[in-house]
Order: sequence, then C-alpha cells, then structure tokens
Amino acid sequence: MAETAIRVSEEGYLEDFTQWSPEVGAEIAAEEGITMTDEHWKVIDYIQDQYKNEVPLTIRKVGKSGVIDIKEFYALFPGGPLKKASRISGIPKPVSCI
Amino acid sequence: MEVLKPVPEEKTKKEAKLKKVMIIVSKATLENVYASFILANGARMEGIESELFFTFFGLEAITKSKLEHLHVATVGNPAMHIPTMLGGLPGMEAFATTMMKKEMEKLDIPPVDEFLEILSASGVKMWACKLAMDMFHLEKKDLIDDLEGVLTVGDFYNRAHGEGTHLMFI
Repeated sequence: MAETAIRVSEEGYLEDFTQWSPEVGAEIAAEEGITMTDEHWKVIDYIQDQYKNEVPLTIRKVGKSGVIDIKEFYALFPGGPLKKASRISGIPKPVSCI
Repeated sequence: MEVLKPVPEEKTKKEAKLKKVMIIVSKATLENVYASFILANGARMEGIESELFFTFFGLEAITKSKLEHLHVATVGNPAMHIPTMLGGLPGMEAFATTMMKKEMEKLDIPPVDEFLEILSASGVKMWACKLAMDMFHLEKKDLIDDLEGVLTVGDFYNRAHGEGTHLMFI
C-alpha cells in the first residue's frame, strides 16, 4: 500500500473521514486485535450510514438495526464494541452513555 | 501507512485501570434503577466487566410482576422542586414517572424490561440477594429469567477479587 499519513485524535479516531478506506479500517481493526470478516463489514457499513445521516449511535440502536444483535456486537468487537466499531468506521468517538 | 498521533503527556504515575465494577442496587425508585443500569451498561461499553447485585427494595427491579411499574420518588427529594406535601398527593408519582419516561425515551434510554435484556446481552451478570428474597418471600421463579443466580453477601464479596475491582452502593 502507498504510504499515506492518516491524521487521528489522541484516542486514535480519524480526524478526517475522507481519509477513510476499507484498508485504513482493516488496519485500525488489526491494531484493536480484530480480523475483519463480512459480518464485521456489515456493521461498519451500518455505522457509517448512521453517521452520514447524523443519527447518534447507541448500543440499543445497533441492537435494533436488524444487522446484528447486541450479543453478536459484543462478540465481534470485544471490549467496547461501539467505540471500537466507530474507530474502525473512521467516525468520531461516540458520545453516548448508552 | 503512517499514523500521525499527537504525543500524549508523559505519565508520571502508573495507571491503575478499572477492570470490574460491582454495583449494589438497594432501591427500586426509577432514578436509582436507571443510575445503576446506566453505570453497568456504560462499563461494558468501555470493556469493563460489570455485575449487579439486587438487594432489599432493589429486588423490585428484577421482579417480573413489578419491574414495569417502577416510580420516581416525589417525596423527600428536594431536587424535584415541588413541596413535599404536593409530592405526596395521589397521582403525583405516576405523573412525574410519565414525564421522566418521556424524556428518557427521547434520549434513547430503554424501558426497564428492555434495559434488562440489553444488560444481559452485553454480558452484565445479575444476582439477587438471598436474605432479601427470603424477607420479601420471593422465589427464583418470581425474578427475571436472565438472572445469573442467588447469592449471599459473602458470595458477592468473593466475586469482587482481582485488582481494579470497584464496588458501588446505589
């Protein structure tokens, strides 16, 4: 892959969504110890759609999305699914408490 | 690919990370139950283990026949900004509860029954206190199916081992 500089926040979230590509997402996932599968990408697509429509994300919404249930969400992105999936999606850190 | 990250401030102290929270739910007023649930769920969202121990009146929050009818306390709560005498009038609790539930729905906070399902799916372990169950004549079948089990206070403390475990009483 060509060497590109990606700007991220102190917590590792992309600062500019236009810099995101599936390769960047996969690399961030690898940093989190996650190997991306089709199931993971379906969730990332959903999260990016919500972000583009300016819908704030919550665990409850993801659980009701029809894409994945909450148990599977925790299993796919262990140790903080909403944060990790947001990071991989290239969107800012979620601000929700639920 | 190069990742440009701001250089964090140098840490002088070794960080003691929070690894597990154990929350004791002793009251079943809506505000206390939600506080406990949000703390437990929020912990899981951060990758922190969490457990809930329901004791005394807190048991109502996991009693099948009661959990959908929890109320906000309108008496003895100065932050309600209504005179205590008014708070005691019939219907005040129901009114305040309806108002609060409306506000919470706007924030995408689920009702108690759905919240319990979310907690269970998120890996929060939920326990009932044996002594309180005996006191209120409750049996396991009266409580939610997602309950992990029934514990004595000693059992509960024995689960609190390990570095980075914190206990909270609500």
